[in-house]
Amino acid sequence: MRRLAFAAAALAVFSLATAQGKVLRVVPHSNLNILDPIWTTQYMARNHGYMVYDTLFGTDEKNRIQPQMVASWTESPDHRLWSFTLRPGLTFHDGKPVTGEDVVASLERWGKRDAMGQKLMTFVERMDAPSANTFRIFLREACGFVLEALGKPSSNVPFIMPKRVAETPADKQIDDATGSGPYIFVKEEFKPGDRAVYVKNPKYVPRKESPSGTAGGKHVYVDRVEWNLALRDAQAQVNALKQGEVDILEQPAFESYPPLQADKNIQVVNSNPLGFQYMCRFNHLYAPFNNQKVRQAALAAMAEEPFLRAQVGIKEFYRTCPSMFTCGTPYGSPKGSDIQSKSNMRKAQELLKSSGYDGTPVVLMKPTDLASIQKLPDVAAQLLRQAGFKVDLQAMDWNTVVTRRVKKDPPAQGGWNMFCTAWVAPDIWNPLANPAVSGLGEKSWFGWPTDAELEKLRDEFARGTDEARKKVLAEAIQARAFEIGTHVPLGEYVNPLAARRNISGFVTGPGNLYWNIKKN
Amino acid sequence: MLLVVAVLVFALLRFAPGDPAAIMAGDAATAEQIAQIRAGLGLDRPLVVQFGIWLGKVLSGDLGESFYFRIKVATLIGQRLEPTFALAALTMVIAVLVSVPLGVLAAWRHGGWLDRALMGFSVLGFSVPVFVLAYLLIWLFSLELGWLPVQGYARIADGIWNFLRHLILPATTLSVIYIALIARVTRAAVLEALGEDYIRTARAKGLPERRVLVRHALANAAVPIATVIGIGIAILIGGVVVTESVYAIPGLGRLTVDAVLARDFPTIQGVILFFSLVYVAVNLLIDLSYVFLDPRIRY
Repeated sequence: MRRLAFAAAALAVFSLATAQGKVLRVVPHSNLNILDPIWTTQYMARNHGYMVYDTLFGTDEKNRIQPQMVASWTESPDHRLWSFTLRPGLTFHDGKPVTGEDVVASLERWGKRDAMGQKLMTFVERMDAPSANTFRIFLREACGFVLEALGKPSSNVPFIMPKRVAETPADKQIDDATGSGPYIFVKEEFKPGDRAVYVKNPKYVPRKESPSGTAGGKHVYVDRVEWNLALRDAQAQVNALKQGEVDILEQPAFESYPPLQADKNIQVVNSNPLGFQYMCRFNHLYAPFNNQKVRQAALAAMAEEPFLRAQVGIKEFYRTCPSMFTCGTPYGSPKGSDIQSKSNMRKAQELLKSSGYDGTPVVLMKPTDLASIQKLPDVAAQLLRQAGFKVDLQAMDWNTVVTRRVKKDPPAQGGWNMFCTAWVAPDIWNPLANPAVSGLGEKSWFGWPTDAELEKLRDEFARGTDEARKKVLAEAIQARAFEIGTHVPLGEYVNPLAARRNISGFVTGPGNLYWNIKKN
Repeated sequence: MLLVVAVLVFALLRFAPGDPAAIMAGDAATAEQIAQIRAGLGLDRPLVVQFGIWLGKVLSGDLGESFYFRIKVATLIGQRLEPTFALAALTMVIAVLVSVPLGVLAAWRHGGWLDRALMGFSVLGFSVPVFVLAYLLIWLFSLELGWLPVQGYARIADGIWNFLRHLILPATTLSVIYIALIARVTRAAVLEALGEDYIRTARAKGLPERRVLVRHALANAAVPIATVIGIGIAILIGGVVVTESVYAIPGLGRLTVDAVLARDFPTIQGVILFFSLVYVAVNLLIDLSYVFLDPRIRY
């Protein structure tokens, strides 16, 4: 009788496991609180977008733009008319086919939110969908980044949504997560701060090419992906992975790597080799950083290595990079970086002395709750003090930094002089994507540098269609950005994921991509 | 009282640093986009108007909608109630079952080794940070012995054994401080009762010592013990953030902290109002329980 009961129980457990299929249990790098990847630039919303939506183009592992939803396209000889044909068999999760009208509506909404999209729309005269599976973009004048914009791999990614969803005003969040991507979002199981669930989209038709970056075949080999949003304590994450309670940690804390690497059941996988770049940003509106010479003195003082050593600590996970555009990508170059890369503290002191610096304290904001960047301001404060600056290091949580950096008030009245942050590679790898090299003054990213020459060069870059010329322009933009001191790049780092050994098929990309993943 | 809480919470949040619009927009957002979001959330309106709208909704039973998740705050609280109530209940069950007998025994053997050991344990219970104890328990029972899961919460509906397996470590972790607290209060209250004339009379009548301790001493010491237990329950429901973080329990404590960090004003206002309501309800229940615990008390 007892044996019979045991057999029944075992059968029940087996049935349950079979019914659930293969479940991939993931601890994402942060909380998922906004489900509209066009409305916000948050990386978690972007990663949610890659699960649910598909893109017209993708960026492969070698940073080349490749077609994704698009089957073919043509460009008129004057580069002003772009015609695209969609792949056959593309359907949304509600069963309706993806049409050119859906694409046009999605691009229009994206073009109102995304910085690169907004730039593209300044060239766009109109867009239309002449038939169900085609769409066209008419440009007022030629520009050289149509495909780069459509295949943009990081926030905001031009995800394609149904027209009825994409018609939501750009300043309002969407309510409907219907996409045509490889996974379907299970809205009923979404518990904010607890878990988000995605199930395999059985109707998804992957491309035939091998998966590469955000391009290629998006094959799904698990039935369900569960994002554990409650597990945020770094040590608890490690413990859970070691015990096999979760399968993947997207971004372990740097101090967690030694115990993870020592565990034979765990693998550390660098699925984002281009990684991230640290930077500190000046506020150009107020003293002392409203003075170009003072900014150059700070650049000379802030060598990259001390920041990387203090913040990352693991030699194989960081690299100095004398470029404002990600090293190892087409526009990564040391041009104009000598002020920082070949400098030393004595030069910084001399520059500061000759700048007429009057001892105005630098209000430097330090986030205490963001482990991935919280040591950068400490190092910056020390180096700036050594150079002769007075520094007022103010501790606060990251969301206060985010709130305060928007303020254009003087530092003594709740404003600021400097903050530090990190960017994933595709967000800064060219002069149009990188918000820190804009010189549009009050319309620029926080810090608000004004420089007509920089903007002229960026405009020329946007119009450029010759790749060799664009590289020259990118170097000129960077040289100018170093000259006026838009910001201080602080080197690059990677933050590999950790996974159980039975997980394979990781795809390289800017975020964590969950197609092609196998669980044995 | 709830109105005072509502005014205070609203005012504190609006005057504290932090702009939900800037946080929601993401790292690469422009000032213009942030201003658009702020307007969309209604944060550009005068504070009096914002307060009036919110209070009007609250008075009609609507706690508002989360800025982030765009779902009702009441729904968010509802999702987190089970883990929090379950954790609080199990914690208090363990705490009461262990601490009350210990406190009675310590009072009975006042000055003896058990009393001194209990006092030592109390100091330790108060002094050891919860996260240290949590990691030690996880290390022993989950990583070394493999008996219990490291983290997570299983609903009662998923099976009672699974539910208990996930909750036993967090509840044990949390109960230590309550065992220390309740045991001390029990000891003091029973010790005081043991010095009363009716105890001497009971012993003179030849009643067994167990009956003297339980029916006479403990019964008369019940009021302060019930008060401490009640306050403990209210504190537990008000959020045990560290324990919930270490064990990844999606309870009200984490919801509160997440909402505060994200400056999700409607959620913060809603949960604080809810906590206030719980405090009032628990205190009322404690006050009512005095009538049963001590027949001399009349309202």
